[in-house]
Amino acid sequence: MKARVYVMLKNGVLDPQGEAVRHALGSLGFDGVSGVRQGKVIELDLADGTTEETITEMCEKLLANTVIESYRIEVL
Amino acid sequence: MRAAVIVFPGSNCDRDMAVALKAAGADVSMVWHKDAALPDNVDLVAVPGGFSFGDYLRCGAIAAQSPICKSVVEHVQRGGYALGVCNGFQVLTETGLLPGALMRNANLKFICKSVDLTVGTSDSAFTNGYAAGDVVSYPVAHHDGNYSIDDEGLKALEAEDRVAFRYVDNPNGSVADIAGVLSENRRVLGMMPHPERAVDAGHGGTDGQALFRGVLDQLVSA
Repeated sequence: MKARVYVMLKNGVLDPQGEAVRHALGSLGFDGVSGVRQGKVIELDLADGTTEETITEMCEKLLANTVIESYRIEVL
Repeated sequence: MRAAVIVFPGSNCDRDMAVALKAAGADVSMVWHKDAALPDNVDLVAVPGGFSFGDYLRCGAIAAQSPICKSVVEHVQRGGYALGVCNGFQVLTETGLLPGALMRNANLKFICKSVDLTVGTSDSAFTNGYAAGDVVSYPVAHHDGNYSIDDEGLKALEAEDRVAFRYVDNPNGSVADIAGVLSENRRVLGMMPHPERAVDAGHGGTDGQALFRGVLDQLVSA
């Protein structure tokens, strides 16, 4: 089985990289981009039957730093 | 006083740290990240700067899960002292021993220069050689030194006088100009600037000596 984990900076945490991307889009002539948030997608190849609980534990222990990041799990 | 310097793949300030500790009079062992235990009777663990595990995933995240870090956490829980500089600070926040997190610098640039810092408190083994308000100069060399903490955490740091150093001219966007913080029991210090790179006249300044001497004095007399 596969799972995908989306890691994003929490709302309210300033994302300097997203801001730089927003500026770059503006200078390329793309008007109206009012915000960019940049995150990570982590794809996991897992043994069949791995529970969402286990994946959550992976996120909490390593994949996300919950001080500044939130995560979302998608089992494929 | 016995000190252990942790070495991860990608650490690059480990020997500088050892030199600074030895110059202050410590007996220093280097400890490889795969070792499960610290040497016996270690008083101070130093987690050095560098790019442990290539900064993959997040700076310090992989190192924080290494076998030796379990022992470092236990050492601190027993009341032991720890110092994390630069990547070492990132590792200590990732282990949860220090609050907050270090994010990408606000200007997105790697910053490598000497910076002036104000000493926030003299109430710790690391800062008792300074007076609160003293201005010292240490080098910084980092890409991810933008200290972030939620409002509640910041209030606690301020109320408990746990901000050890602040930038005079904030180079990286850190909340409240914070350059270094202390743990609740004041025995763990994490900081982005490098005191170990300011201990010899050849470094261009010796402001860091008092930090290492302070720890030595406190631990030798304890």
